[in-house]
Amino acid sequence: MTTTDLTPYRSRQSVGRDGFAQLVRAEFTKFRSVRAWVVTLGIAAVLVVVFAWVGAPHANLCVERPGSPQSCATPSVPRVPLGPGGEPVVDTFSYLHQPMSGDGSLTVEVTSLAVASGARNRAELGPDGPVLHPVHPGLVPWAKAGLVVTENTTQGSPYAAVMVTSSHGVRLQYDYTGDVAGLPGAVTSASPRWLRLTRVGDVITAYDSLEGTHWSRVGSVSLAGLPTTVQIGLFVTSPAVDGSASLATATFEQLHLDGSAPTAGWRIGVVGADTQSYTTVPTGRGWFEHSNGRFIISGSGDIAPQVSGVGPLSAGGTLSLLVGGTFGLIAIIVLATLFITSEYRRGLIRTTFSASPRRGRILAAKAVVIGSVTFVAASIATAVAAAVSRHVLPANGNYVFPLGAATEVRVVLGTGLLFAVAAIGILSLATVLRRSAGAVVTGIVLLVLPFILLQPLGPSDWLMRITPAAAFAIQGTLPRFAQVTNAYTLTNGYYPLAPWIGLAVLCAWSAVAFGAAMWSIRNRDV
Amino acid sequence: MTSEPDALALTRAMHDTLRAEWTKLRTLASTYWLLVAVTVLTVGVSAAVVAASSYQLGAYQDTSKLSLTGIDLGQAVVAVLGVLVISTEYRTGMMCVTLTAMPRRLAVLAAKAATLTGLVAAAGTIAVCGSLVAGRIILPGNGFTVSRGYPLVSLGHGPTLRAAAGSVLYLVLVALLSLGVAAAVRDSATAIGLVLGLLLLFPFLAQVVSDPAWHRHLEQIGPMTAGLAVQVTTDVRALPISPWAGIGVLAAWAGGALVIGAILLRFRDA
Repeated sequence: MTTTDLTPYRSRQSVGRDGFAQLVRAEFTKFRSVRAWVVTLGIAAVLVVVFAWVGAPHANLCVERPGSPQSCATPSVPRVPLGPGGEPVVDTFSYLHQPMSGDGSLTVEVTSLAVASGARNRAELGPDGPVLHPVHPGLVPWAKAGLVVTENTTQGSPYAAVMVTSSHGVRLQYDYTGDVAGLPGAVTSASPRWLRLTRVGDVITAYDSLEGTHWSRVGSVSLAGLPTTVQIGLFVTSPAVDGSASLATATFEQLHLDGSAPTAGWRIGVVGADTQSYTTVPTGRGWFEHSNGRFIISGSGDIAPQVSGVGPLSAGGTLSLLVGGTFGLIAIIVLATLFITSEYRRGLIRTTFSASPRRGRILAAKAVVIGSVTFVAASIATAVAAAVSRHVLPANGNYVFPLGAATEVRVVLGTGLLFAVAAIGILSLATVLRRSAGAVVTGIVLLVLPFILLQPLGPSDWLMRITPAAAFAIQGTLPRFAQVTNAYTLTNGYYPLAPWIGLAVLCAWSAVAFGAAMWSIRNRDV
Repeated sequence: MTSEPDALALTRAMHDTLRAEWTKLRTLASTYWLLVAVTVLTVGVSAAVVAASSYQLGAYQDTSKLSLTGIDLGQAVVAVLGVLVISTEYRTGMMCVTLTAMPRRLAVLAAKAATLTGLVAAAGTIAVCGSLVAGRIILPGNGFTVSRGYPLVSLGHGPTLRAAAGSVLYLVLVALLSLGVAAAVRDSATAIGLVLGLLLLFPFLAQVVSDPAWHRHLEQIGPMTAGLAVQVTTDVRALPISPWAGIGVLAAWAGGALVIGAILLRFRDA
């Protein structure tokens, strides 16, 4: 008997591979085939844009007047001068100056820095009648008086100054953002301060002394491209505090210029008198006195970088992106939860685990899918929202702080990353809980509620540092300055953490949740 | 065959429906967990806020409102409870059984609302009383003494009693709002997202918008901002909306949600 050869049956199908890429493709198919989920993703993107427009702050241009209702004129964006680095600055001060060509040095003794007596609320005629600008009654901590070398007398010109301040001793400040400390202590007639500013080419060196004979060097500054003829002289200024302008008066003696001056004689003037934070002593006593070599000068304003939260610049930074981002995030939280809990609800999870017994890779594939679609949608939405807010903020009368291209890219991609990492964290939490309600509520409480609790909880800095909501610091674009007194709060656009540190906090939370989900999904039935 | 008068039959049916809904709620462990969570979280957050506060010279601080800050977090758990009361039935397929047994769908929704109200009122009363006790004990230690013009937090004080009763009513209305939204949407995650998003929307916008007219309107019509106006005991005249009118605004939101949920429940498939 012959045996016929039996060829074993070979299927025509190609051998399937149990690779991670196939798993990602399977999860992506699950995602895109549920119409409601794709729609939710679209709704999240739309929410980001719509709330960036709706949540754009309106600059508070109405001045309170008791009794009569206010009618505000059309909002107009305040004009802000720019410093040599392109940053917005405040440049308002009283200036006793003369030109100096070539190298030279200026020395002066400051015998007093005090609050000006007789300063009254400044009244001016506004579009709806007289408007009163209040004046701060006392001496503010950063009142400044001293010597300054400026390129010219326009606002925003490069400069280097050595000064006495009311509460921070002698300082060397330059180009608006630089600040170096010198001798500490306040100035009184019993303990005056001597200041000297020396110019050699582009380098300006500051010295201070207690009695005028032993000088100590405060610091050196190099102002690139300084012309041969510069303006040099005395200045007095006093920054606004809590929205009220302030005034300070300084007494200078023993003023001595050692250099070549093209025109003889000092000229007194005010740089930047048209800003809202400026006020002046009304005529009668006057704000400038010169007798027997003694100068008594009063000044108001500041020479410092511009910060958000002062006067008409009360809503700077990327605040409208924050509102949009928060509400878009609620939709993403719901989406990420549904992505896994609907499998549990419908029983599909058993099929999924049967098809791919290595459960950790399933969770990883889900994380990859939800993370990448959320990243793409959120980045695109934030880019559109940034363009919208760039248009809406000036229309509402807000001043928009200039942003570099790199910072803009960081804000857009960083917000996309924030959404993606938050989605992965919520996905992991929902995997652990297997119930959608708990995951959604926990996500919203940790990511959105801190912003609402900011007001009731006074010292809520810690809330914005340790909860996952800290990740919104990635949208922060305004730097803090130690030499400017300001309310560095969230409503003014300042976040307590540095951008990437905030995002790292969220990454830590999501990593913990992901680890817990990995553990529970492999040590549990389903 | 004699038929009972309609009114008696309806009353009996309603009584049975109420018993059925109460049985469903009381035999679920998650109900008790959620009620305990409402109480613990509210009292915990209130105690934390009160412990972190300190006396400041200047504006008079509202100690009763400070003691009741925990309601901000408790309302989220109450919203979860309100959503789960109805969406669990849809998830498990129990809704078909319920509606088969009780074809009067509006009666079912009313019974759910009634049992939910009772439970949330009970838990809310405990939570509010606990928060006020925490404030009474902790605040004097933080500088809020009688000599400085801050009497002990007590329910004998008229405005504080109003704040406490209003806070319990606030929690009940948030629960009813969640019930209405969940009856409309049927999915628990979406319903909770919608409810919390709605509650958080108005205070968030009010914080960001600095235009005084818009600010005032947002605070007047928002469910959370108007509802929490009932907690304010000092400087009531500076509020954008009077306390009880604020509760009325929240009641309007809850009523509207329940009406929409009732319409969709009545005219839609299960």
